[in-house]
Amino acid sequence: MGERDRLVTRQRSERHQTAPSRPHARPSRGFAWFWVVGTALPLAFLLIFFVWPVGALLLTGFTQHGAVSLDAVPEVFGEPRTWRVIGQTLAQATLGTLLSLVIGIPAAFVLYRLEFPGRRFLRGLSTVPFVLPTVVVAVSFTALFGPGAPLAWLGLDQNLAVLVLALAFFNVTVVIRTVGGFWAQLDPRPEQAARMLGAGPARVWWTVALPTLAPSIASAASLVFLFCATSFGVVFVLGGRALSNIETEIYRLAIDFLDLRSAAVLSLAQFAIVAAVLVISSRARRRREHAVAMQFDPSRGASTGIRPGRAHLPVIIVFALTTLFLHVLPIGALLLRSLRGPDGALGFANYANLFDPPADSALRGSVWGALQMSLGTAVVATLIAVPLGMLTALVASRRPRSDALQRGARFFDSLVMLPLGVSAVTLGFGLLLTMHRPLGIGFDLRTSVVLIPIAQALVALPLVVRLLLPTLRGIDPRLRQAAMMLGASPFRVLATIDLPMLGRSAGLALGFAFATSLGEFGATAFLVRPGAQTLPVAIATLAGKQGAVNYGMALSAAVVLGVLTATVMLIAERWRGETAGEL
Amino acid sequence: MATDGATDMTQQGLDARELTVHYATPGKRGSGGRVLAVDRASLRVGAGEVVALTGPSGCGKSTLLRAVAGLEPLSHGSVSWDGTDLARTPPHRRGFGLMFQDGQLFGHLSVAGNIAYGLRAKRVPAPQREARVSELLELVGLPGFASRGVHELSGGQRQRVALARSLAPEPRLLLLDEPLSALDRGLRERLAGELSQLLRQTGTSAILVTHDESEAEMIADRTIGMSGGRLLE
Repeated sequence: MGERDRLVTRQRSERHQTAPSRPHARPSRGFAWFWVVGTALPLAFLLIFFVWPVGALLLTGFTQHGAVSLDAVPEVFGEPRTWRVIGQTLAQATLGTLLSLVIGIPAAFVLYRLEFPGRRFLRGLSTVPFVLPTVVVAVSFTALFGPGAPLAWLGLDQNLAVLVLALAFFNVTVVIRTVGGFWAQLDPRPEQAARMLGAGPARVWWTVALPTLAPSIASAASLVFLFCATSFGVVFVLGGRALSNIETEIYRLAIDFLDLRSAAVLSLAQFAIVAAVLVISSRARRRREHAVAMQFDPSRGASTGIRPGRAHLPVIIVFALTTLFLHVLPIGALLLRSLRGPDGALGFANYANLFDPPADSALRGSVWGALQMSLGTAVVATLIAVPLGMLTALVASRRPRSDALQRGARFFDSLVMLPLGVSAVTLGFGLLLTMHRPLGIGFDLRTSVVLIPIAQALVALPLVVRLLLPTLRGIDPRLRQAAMMLGASPFRVLATIDLPMLGRSAGLALGFAFATSLGEFGATAFLVRPGAQTLPVAIATLAGKQGAVNYGMALSAAVVLGVLTATVMLIAERWRGETAGEL
Repeated sequence: MATDGATDMTQQGLDARELTVHYATPGKRGSGGRVLAVDRASLRVGAGEVVALTGPSGCGKSTLLRAVAGLEPLSHGSVSWDGTDLARTPPHRRGFGLMFQDGQLFGHLSVAGNIAYGLRAKRVPAPQREARVSELLELVGLPGFASRGVHELSGGQRQRVALARSLAPEPRLLLLDEPLSALDRGLRERLAGELSQLLRQTGTSAILVTHDESEAEMIADRTIGMSGGRLLE
């Protein structure tokens, strides 16, 4: 059977999916309760712990003494500082995005287009920077550029350049994954055709490869911009007094000045930026899907890749050097300096201090205690995020025949994605505002430790859904129909087709949820109490305090947290099915 | 074996009347553009009878098959079996089997797991299930393949497993959607012979959709052409 027939069948089966509803043959009747529960559980969770707190926070910006008032808006935007902060946010995000692209695209080529031994391992390793906790990366960069650091002579401490480097540290991964994943599946024949028409490798790159990749680059860029613009931990630790962004400003206004109204107005300004980026990114994605439809050859499956040759040497050198400078140097500096005790001697003094806090420690309680609390909350957060994420993915992956239900599913999908776009600081702040009487029940959730894993689960949930959805969407609808025609009820189809597929990506989802929760800083920072903080909060506290003892503990604690997160991620990567999504 | 006494046959086997299926045109949402895919097709299949539907790509033959299975919503018409209307019977309760062109084997199950799938759904006890699986493997010429993974199979072997899987729950009507089209010519001809023999051997009523006239002739008792969504008779 020819290519075209296959395409026709494919199109036809897609068309079947959108056929209008008729009373005849509605297979999911009697099974509706499952979808109702599957939708209601994540929805209720989001409404109570996300929509309500964030909504309440925004409302405080526009009310005064119980009446609607827009006074706060001109007040906040009349401040020159507000505009400076917004300008800095946009500048940091733009520079961070550009640097991530410049470093990420050659890396995507090397890791996804070239074929060499160890490629799989390197690809797995390239995920790690993205999931490293922000405070770990921030502390690593202070270890490289800060006072007394190997590169302190550059005078870049609390400088925009270091901040941008740290932002790129995480987001290069996003570029590698998004662009590389697309690149690997690209039909190589147009490039070969261009070569045969006499174009050299550079010319092929500019005239064929780059235009084809453009949509995936645009989509990666908007995602990176979003992550950079809402970054909290990195700016909080590295920015010092000189640099801030909207996130750190919200934190400063709310916690240091108790100015909730201004903080709420700034949250709204951030919403506007995030919404604008999301609109652009969804356009880019639509274009990308269009491009995939044209270029992607389903019969080929995974690309075989190119054997590295002399022509690829410049790209490989660029990849090696940028990786060395951006990733290896800061992490190396962190590791080495963590081994240098407060008195300058090599050894494990900083690590010993984690268990047995010295007298001049800025922390109440030990770092060891913070680690235990982090592990506990991360486990609970994972146990919330993964089941809810699975239910959400199951619901969102369905293409119901009815138009209204389809719109409903789409709305549900984007609602679950919202926490990805709303900053963690806004979320933590909102939770703090509302959870003293959740749903009017006189039980102060804020003093309970439950709120921290809930906040972490909210941050992890969109990631879990993004990872699981492609697996479920990738199931050919005819596979479910085949099961149905063998007499399987809808529930049996779910249990025997969808769930086993989901199980294959479950390891990755678990790992991601756990690692994200373990390193979560923005929301958690609002919710911890002194003496009972999580490891990232403890690290940020220690790094911000004076004294070699405190800084040494920050370094060794960052190593512990980083090693823990990286290990979880590398194990989870081995567990990934072939079909799990990219972020 | 063509339908002789039409009045006797009304209560026997499949009776599909004036089946009409519309698609929504892609791109437009709402009740806007709808394309007529199957236009008032009426079809009867007696007990043990094998009917072939032939026609060019896109003539609606696969859609008609899926409408009989209950996988496509009807805008008009009815499907009944032995005189019982199936409008309110969901696909999995119709007792029909469907074999896809590309097999649609379950990748996470072994060959035996695939074949036993329908038996499990019917809650057949394990000993009988195992016996039935090996009997079917024997029947499709793959003895000893039970514990293999489906990814290790060749195209021809896959379709044999798909056939064994559809036959396992003993469907009262087997719907075959281009079951051999994905295979190369030599294999296709050999399997067509085997398929024909198997259907006779098991006494299964079947509708075969194919664009290959010679294949239809080889397997079916009678052949109906289809064009532009209409049956030609």
